[in-house]
Amino acid sequence: MTELLQDIGLSHGLAVFIAKAVGVMVVGAFGLLWTLLGIWIERKAAGRFQDRLGPNRVGPFGLIQSIADTVKILLKEDLMPQGADRWVFNLAPIVSVVSVMLIWAVVPFSGSWIGSDLNIGVLYLVAVGAFGTVAVLMAGWSSNNKYALLSAFRSVAQLVSYEVPMVLALLVPVLLSGSMSTQTIVEQQHIMYLLAVPLTVLIFLTSGQAETGRGPFDLLEAESEIVSGFHIEYSGMKFGMFYVAEFLHAFTIGVLTAILFMGGWRGPFAEDVPLLGFIYLMIKSMVAYMVLIWVRMTLPRLRIDQLLDFNWKFLVPLSLVNLLVVAFVWKILPDTDQINSFGDALVPTLVLLVVNIALIAGVGAILRERGRRERQRVEARLTAAESAAAGD
Amino acid sequence: MDITVESIVFLIFGVLTLGSALLVVTTRNLFHGALYLMASLFGVAGLFVLLAAPFLAGVQVVVYIGAIAILIIFAIMLTPQVTAMRSVRTAQWPVAVAVAVIFFALLVSVVTPLMDELGVDDFAADFTQENPPDVPADSLVRLGEQLVDPQQFMLPFEVASVLLMAALIGAVLLVWPEGTRSTPPGEAGDD
Amino acid sequence: MSLNEWIFIGLFFALSWILPATPIVLGKILAPRRPNPVKHQVYECGVETFGDTRVQFRAQYYIFALVFVLFDVELVFLFPWALAYNQLGLFALFEMTVFIFLLVVALVYTWRKGALTWA
Repeated sequence: MTELLQDIGLSHGLAVFIAKAVGVMVVGAFGLLWTLLGIWIERKAAGRFQDRLGPNRVGPFGLIQSIADTVKILLKEDLMPQGADRWVFNLAPIVSVVSVMLIWAVVPFSGSWIGSDLNIGVLYLVAVGAFGTVAVLMAGWSSNNKYALLSAFRSVAQLVSYEVPMVLALLVPVLLSGSMSTQTIVEQQHIMYLLAVPLTVLIFLTSGQAETGRGPFDLLEAESEIVSGFHIEYSGMKFGMFYVAEFLHAFTIGVLTAILFMGGWRGPFAEDVPLLGFIYLMIKSMVAYMVLIWVRMTLPRLRIDQLLDFNWKFLVPLSLVNLLVVAFVWKILPDTDQINSFGDALVPTLVLLVVNIALIAGVGAILRERGRRERQRVEARLTAAESAAAGD
Repeated sequence: MDITVESIVFLIFGVLTLGSALLVVTTRNLFHGALYLMASLFGVAGLFVLLAAPFLAGVQVVVYIGAIAILIIFAIMLTPQVTAMRSVRTAQWPVAVAVAVIFFALLVSVVTPLMDELGVDDFAADFTQENPPDVPADSLVRLGEQLVDPQQFMLPFEVASVLLMAALIGAVLLVWPEGTRSTPPGEAGDD
Repeated sequence: MSLNEWIFIGLFFALSWILPATPIVLGKILAPRRPNPVKHQVYECGVETFGDTRVQFRAQYYIFALVFVLFDVELVFLFPWALAYNQLGLFALFEMTVFIFLLVVALVYTWRKGALTWA
């Protein structure tokens, strides 16, 4: 495209600029339009997981449901509570969407389709996540509502806590590929990392689910028991933007899983046909995303103490051990610094897989034991309370 | 000094950094102050990118905006009656100004010989030159190598860990009062 | 690394503000607007709100934020290490284990002290 623009007589700098600008619009518009379809897919899938139909009235298979919702939400009156911090209140939903959209700038859609192949790609992913945390604080503070503020602070405690295991999981593909560029990580996956380090993928998905604040980590929103979380005072399109940000973030976790652990756009003939690579990426992202929805629709909600305990007393130590074990195995295996083909990757992948299965088995045993002890503890407390009541 | 794209972006980030920093100290709302601080820190990250140090830019955002600014906001919420706080002009402000000026002079006196040593005589001209020397592609890998190299930065690297440990233990010791273990006796050992 | 890669990021940053702002502005134009003071009152569990909204929080939030800050700084050190790992010897892994171990000691101290237990 740059060459084309230069042919019609533009200077090189301007041509690059215009090409980049067009790229930005394509990626950005794709992100927002995908949301409309994605929300429909998610609601349909969620319905099936819960043995109901999902949206099916508006248009064929309820396909136009999202558009109808958009129109509805556009026509809702936009309220701002008394005493709200006007500027901060208005900016918060925008910052929330921005933080998620920025991730898409480094997503390699295909061998040659990537917004910007930064050499600090993975660190960039972590960095833009910081804006999401800021958006939550801004919304909670500016709403002039105690519940919004409380929820915002608890949300932030949750977000920052789960960022630690998430980054530790992100470091594993960086270590295996020796690069932070998202494109290089994809290219290095001659065998997808999912097969080599399944435990890391589990850690990533778990902390990713918590980062998006979805079930079973949605105790701060808990739409079936309390009203809402930090965005309780938002209505109309501003609420809509928080909704979009949440959906897009959740789907982006799926995309990142596909890129970092499932080989991204790689697949048969993807090198020659970029569109094919894009389709592979979307299919893989959808698979990862469906796993997340499945978990969300299946597991009951956690309490805040359980949520924080689970992170600091289990997930963080586990991901530290996981990183060190993967690093150790990677070092004692020969020739792991030169993996250029499927054959090179085969032995390390198998060894890592065996080690990971052993780790997962050990972790499972620990978790079962903890669960058993917790049940006994609660039971003992209940019997004590009962006998005390009987004694009166 | 020619006007290039870089110099315009530099100006934008410079104004963002300094302007927000000024607002941090002049705003009366503590929370707004924290937000301006984030904007200022973000401006510094932008300057790092312009200096072809994207890793530092990433670290700047991750650590300062993502963690320290959040910590500051949490600290704001620890103060009783946040909104009732009024900034009062005390008699100490001339002292504060004097301290600030002295520190600025100190900084300048430290940085100026350093720039001579590095051979930077005209900072602005050096910055806006047409083709600055490329940063080696493997600079980040070299950073990683030198961090753990016993000949280079291994000791500072490990000492950093000791510092982090001491900071956490010290903070918990200060913040968490003795004898407020929330777990009932007899169960404390296993969780 | 040329700055060209960052032009895209800069443009993307600028545009990503416009994209969510557009529907909000559109909503402002299309949506009805009938402000009235009762509508804008803050609702709190069926009663009118009392006292100041920005209440004082517990110190425990600060502990979690602090533990996070320290781990965050640690993670930043891990990035160049992981990046250069293929070029490093086994000794580098040992060093990193010591580095992480020291921080885990601090985490265990916080844990034992009961500061990580939400109450």
